[in-house]
Amino acid sequence: MAYVPLADQDSEMEMHHPHSWVTKYVWSQDHKVIAIQYGGLAIAVGVVALVLSLLMRMQLGFPETFDLIDPSSYYQSVTMHGMIMVVYMLTALLLGGFGNYLIPLMCGARDMVFPFLNMLSVWVYALSVIILMASFFVDGGPTGGGWTLYPPQTAMAGTPGHDMGIVLMLLSLAVFIVAFTMGGLNYVTTILQYRCRGLTMMRLPLTVWGIFIATILGLFAFPALLVSAIMMLFDMLLGTSFFMPAVIESGTPLDHNGGSPILFQHLFWFFGHPEVYIVALPAFGLVSDVLSTHARKNIFGYRMMVWAIIAIGGLSFIVWAHHMYVSGMNPYFGFFFATTTLIIAVPTALKVYNWVLTLWEGDIRLNAPMYFAIGFIFTFIHGGLTGLFLGNVVIDLPLSDTYFVVAHFHMVMGVSPVLVIFAALYHWYPKVTGRMFHEGMAKAHFWCTFLGTYAIYLPMHYLGFLGVPRRYYAMGSTDFIPETAQDLNVTITYAALFVGAAQLLFFINIFWSLRNGEKSGPNPWGSASLEWQTPDTPPVHGNWGDELPTVYRWAYDYSVPGAHEDFIPQNVPESVEPTADEQHFDPSHDTSKADV
Amino acid sequence: MSLYKQLTDKPWERKGILGGLNPEGAFESPPERVALGFFLVIASVIFSLLGVSYVIRMSLPDWEPLADPSQLWLNTGLLFISSVLFQWARNTAKAGKQKNLITAFVGGGVFALLFIMGQMLTWDSLQEAGYLVTSNPANSFFYLLTGLHIAHLLGGLWVWSKASIRLLSGSKPEDMSLSIELCTLYWHFLLIIWLVMFAILSNT
Repeated sequence: MAYVPLADQDSEMEMHHPHSWVTKYVWSQDHKVIAIQYGGLAIAVGVVALVLSLLMRMQLGFPETFDLIDPSSYYQSVTMHGMIMVVYMLTALLLGGFGNYLIPLMCGARDMVFPFLNMLSVWVYALSVIILMASFFVDGGPTGGGWTLYPPQTAMAGTPGHDMGIVLMLLSLAVFIVAFTMGGLNYVTTILQYRCRGLTMMRLPLTVWGIFIATILGLFAFPALLVSAIMMLFDMLLGTSFFMPAVIESGTPLDHNGGSPILFQHLFWFFGHPEVYIVALPAFGLVSDVLSTHARKNIFGYRMMVWAIIAIGGLSFIVWAHHMYVSGMNPYFGFFFATTTLIIAVPTALKVYNWVLTLWEGDIRLNAPMYFAIGFIFTFIHGGLTGLFLGNVVIDLPLSDTYFVVAHFHMVMGVSPVLVIFAALYHWYPKVTGRMFHEGMAKAHFWCTFLGTYAIYLPMHYLGFLGVPRRYYAMGSTDFIPETAQDLNVTITYAALFVGAAQLLFFINIFWSLRNGEKSGPNPWGSASLEWQTPDTPPVHGNWGDELPTVYRWAYDYSVPGAHEDFIPQNVPESVEPTADEQHFDPSHDTSKADV
Repeated sequence: MSLYKQLTDKPWERKGILGGLNPEGAFESPPERVALGFFLVIASVIFSLLGVSYVIRMSLPDWEPLADPSQLWLNTGLLFISSVLFQWARNTAKAGKQKNLITAFVGGGVFALLFIMGQMLTWDSLQEAGYLVTSNPANSFFYLLTGLHIAHLLGGLWVWSKASIRLLSGSKPEDMSLSIELCTLYWHFLLIIWLVMFAILSNT
């Protein structure tokens, strides 16, 4: 059957070809512009969340010093920092940003399957951000109930933002989920149906696999958050009792009766745990490609890496209650979830081994993206190992409400994905802009961020062991906590301020390099995957010129003996590669002749 | 190549343009159908989670069964006719026939609109009888579930209205075949969701 790429149809190209400045840069249907819109907005809200975290640290390091931060604004900062970072920054940047930019390029497609829906997705996301930010300006301010939004606490008068703040938060989440669904349907359909000729699923770069499985997780997990948001909105606006139990507020019984707060927790975490992997899996994929490229070695155990991504994705749906050990669950229930939690460590550990083995005897080029990628392996191992502790019920119970948990999840799903994001931003910056960034500034940025975040989170584990409770505005007179704990808090705050300021290096670098960076050429890292083989850099609308690429091999042909360079791009036919003798290729495995 | 073979393929060994690996896509299906398939799973997850929540909430002591509104039988009939009409339209379009296509397709949407009106009348009569959204948890779920179901139908009707305009402005059956097929699939799905919801609501 003659192959007619769907993306190549004239009507398809005509449909979303930009005709004016507005359709090119604002209402654009080009996946690359949408990616930059998604990424830019996500980074912008991420900066807001970063500032909120610095406010929290100032309060913890120097209590009773700043009038600006009272208990209410502290809890609001905690809540908004958490929600923004997890949902509006990490999810949006990794899937909306990197997903949009890389999927069509890595799949050899001209664009996403549904470009209009894609455009709608980014603008609906922007709407969700506006709604969320509006909560800073309403009466009572944003919600301060913690990012988990547990009822009945979030709805009670003692909690800041208990009226409009929480309503706007829930509304914003619902809108975000609509945006994500529109984008997500695009990502999975594009990956499944729009790959170019010769690009089988098992020839996809791991970035695409990570984004693919994470998107499926998102599509099936976000409905749980949507359902709980809608039910909670019903409770708050219409007075139903899905989650709200009979409760007395300042001596007055509320109208609610009989609802189940635990039901909310189950629904929330049925979303909340896969959310961890919605963030982690794209990061796993991105870092695999960065490591492989800069180590000039094929990724170790490609198939295992793919299966591990799939296994982690599947398992992530049956571990959610490990976030709820302290809610008073049946011990057998806890045992089940502890077991699944420990099982999920197996494919995760496998990935870590494979990253390390990819580095083993590689021709490692210590470029800035590689710094961040290797830094990620460190932080992810540390964050992952403390997860093994917390996955066990008996260890989790005493540690659950302490700084140990804060340290754990910041290492594993805060610092780790952020390091990957920086690795990826630096790695693909030359493709997006056509310019190189300033290498020295990027490396300085790495050391400040890497060492700085260790200075923040390593001591937090000790605070946790000491029993310092998390979420507290001020410790007050707590006998069991030694006064030296406060010295650690001060140190952590200094480190946090330092790391926060160090991010300026990143912003200065990417904006300065836009004009002043050296011209990068099409493929400065010598990367084999398809996005580096576009005829133009940065790629123009339609990505591939007149003809879509054809793929002849996987994305990891690095250090091939006898090759003209030390790599062979995916779209180079067999005829121009070295002979079997030259590259010690075992012809008995060569099935290509039968397949051509 | 089967999915199993694809996932066990050793990409570092196999070079060249691999034949038989469906370069057009993982499924021999237009992307719209694949996307709709995913969307149906998402919608199923939404309704399943609400179903689970319903069962959990039912087990709490303040639960009172729902008063069985008989209008729902009539409404169910309307949605069923709507689905049958869509199926008729699909069969007609697939056969490439023009006759009755507009009647069946437009009629299907009209019956869905009638179903929505019927559901709203049911809401009215329940409220007149004193069963408000806050009266008891079963009622809260009733309004929530039927409301969400209507929201999904409205989404479908938006697509249906666009397809209807194309059909009425003279598009050929073969050009409309996919749109009509996907609308039909979506309507059958929402009918099944409704039947399951109706069974649960009226038996608990």
